[in-house]
Amino acid sequence: MTTTGPSLSQVIVRIPTPLRSFTEGADEVALAAGTAGAALKALGQRHEGLLARVLDAADQVRPFVNIYVGQQDIRTLQGLETPLRNGDILSIIPAVAGGAATAAASEVAP
Amino acid sequence: MKAKDRRLAELKAAIPEVTPVEAEALRTQGAALIDVREPDEVAQGSPVGAERIVRGFLELRVEDSLPDSRRTVLVMCAGGVRSLFAAEGLKRLGYADVRSVAGGFNRWKADGLPTEVPASLDAAARERYGRHLLMPEVGEKGQLALLKSRVLLIGAGGLGCPVAIYLAAAGVGTLGIVDDDVVDRSNLQRQILHTDKGVGTPKVDSAREALLRLNPSVDVKPFRTRLTSSNVEEIFSGFDVIVDGSDNFATRYLVNDACVKLGLPNVHGSIFRFEGQVTVFWPRRPAGRGPCYRCLYPEPPPPELAPSCAEAGVLGVLPGVIGVLEAIETVKLILGLGEPLVGRLLHYDALRQRFTELKLQPDPHCRYCVEGQAFPGYVDYQQFCSARTEVPPSAVTIAAPVAH
Repeated sequence: MTTTGPSLSQVIVRIPTPLRSFTEGADEVALAAGTAGAALKALGQRHEGLLARVLDAADQVRPFVNIYVGQQDIRTLQGLETPLRNGDILSIIPAVAGGAATAAASEVAP
Repeated sequence: MKAKDRRLAELKAAIPEVTPVEAEALRTQGAALIDVREPDEVAQGSPVGAERIVRGFLELRVEDSLPDSRRTVLVMCAGGVRSLFAAEGLKRLGYADVRSVAGGFNRWKADGLPTEVPASLDAAARERYGRHLLMPEVGEKGQLALLKSRVLLIGAGGLGCPVAIYLAAAGVGTLGIVDDDVVDRSNLQRQILHTDKGVGTPKVDSAREALLRLNPSVDVKPFRTRLTSSNVEEIFSGFDVIVDGSDNFATRYLVNDACVKLGLPNVHGSIFRFEGQVTVFWPRRPAGRGPCYRCLYPEPPPPELAPSCAEAGVLGVLPGVIGVLEAIETVKLILGLGEPLVGRLLHYDALRQRFTELKLQPDPHCRYCVEGQAFPGYVDYQQFCSARTEVPPSAVTIAAPVAH
């Protein structure tokens, strides 16, 4: 993560419960990134196994997960290229089926 | 001359009078007609399109129905006397153009003008729903709308139970419940309609019994069945609002597709451990298109990434929070109050005790809900929700580059 230079922003990524097994239980991760995609990649590098739950093999956001910057779905912005500003909050919101089933979890935190 | 007659003569001189025929003509041109008779008189019939505000509460309540004091107001009683007193009261409140209907409702009927017997609450209902009646946003009109409304709950589980109990208490007239399951002891940690004694009995029966204990006037319609493409339209057709509290993706997509096809609002709640989501999917909302479930999540997660309730667990109180929010949205839809959660997802994190609102947009290319296109049909939902992910999660490395 050395290429983005001056455009790096300090942001917080909110981790949904099903993915907290990858973040040692943390519900938020602070990191520096220039775009939504770069933030996810940085998150994935820090927490092995997490990225595959959010992006598919072609690096697209999986159809049962949405990524928001602030209140806005990145699909309505510039997708993974959506630029980030200092203090932005990224939320990863997976589909959840009622009783408890969910998008991105096969192992749930201990 | 009696004091009463002297006073009447004064009023007659001060308040303009119109005949019932003139009053009806003015009403169709936009004037307000207020029937100030007592509830037992109104219950025998009242002019079509009249506001009904009993004389004793007229000044206190009239502004809720008639906020514009410049609008022409026509006041009616039975014979045209009480309406003179009432009209004077309205003039004193500041209404500029107030007239009394000469001959009142008796002459209105004799002249063959249109009447109706308005729906009204009986004494028991007035007592039960008294706290609703006090609020001008609900009032008798709103309570009657609730009593007439028909709400279908998908599931009598963690979410369905709190939704059902509050809607029954609020006086929703018809509550349908679809569930094919029986009560298990492990349900009782959160499914508050069921009891220890009910373990082993069908959930729809256990729920019905509890709801009728609370409010015997609710028509609880149990559907002890699994929702399928072949029965979904028949079951949905008798209802105004669908409340989804199901526990699996196959049902969620089926409920969505049927609601899109039938134009019904779909109040959606879902939960996972300490987190919940609430929104209202309603593409055909008269006030403007909202997204559907497929706009939000075009495909379900593969089953290996979607553990069941039994595997993942859930905080017992959580469905109470999410279910009650669903119940509030339902009541708002029935009463046409406030701003529904259409195009907004309310996300709840119980551990942080934090609500986050996220904006949802309709997908301009959605195959199901884009206006003007043919409904693409139901699919095999079990198969749709059991397709395997293209990369087994365990085999995925993190080296893949992200966006290009």
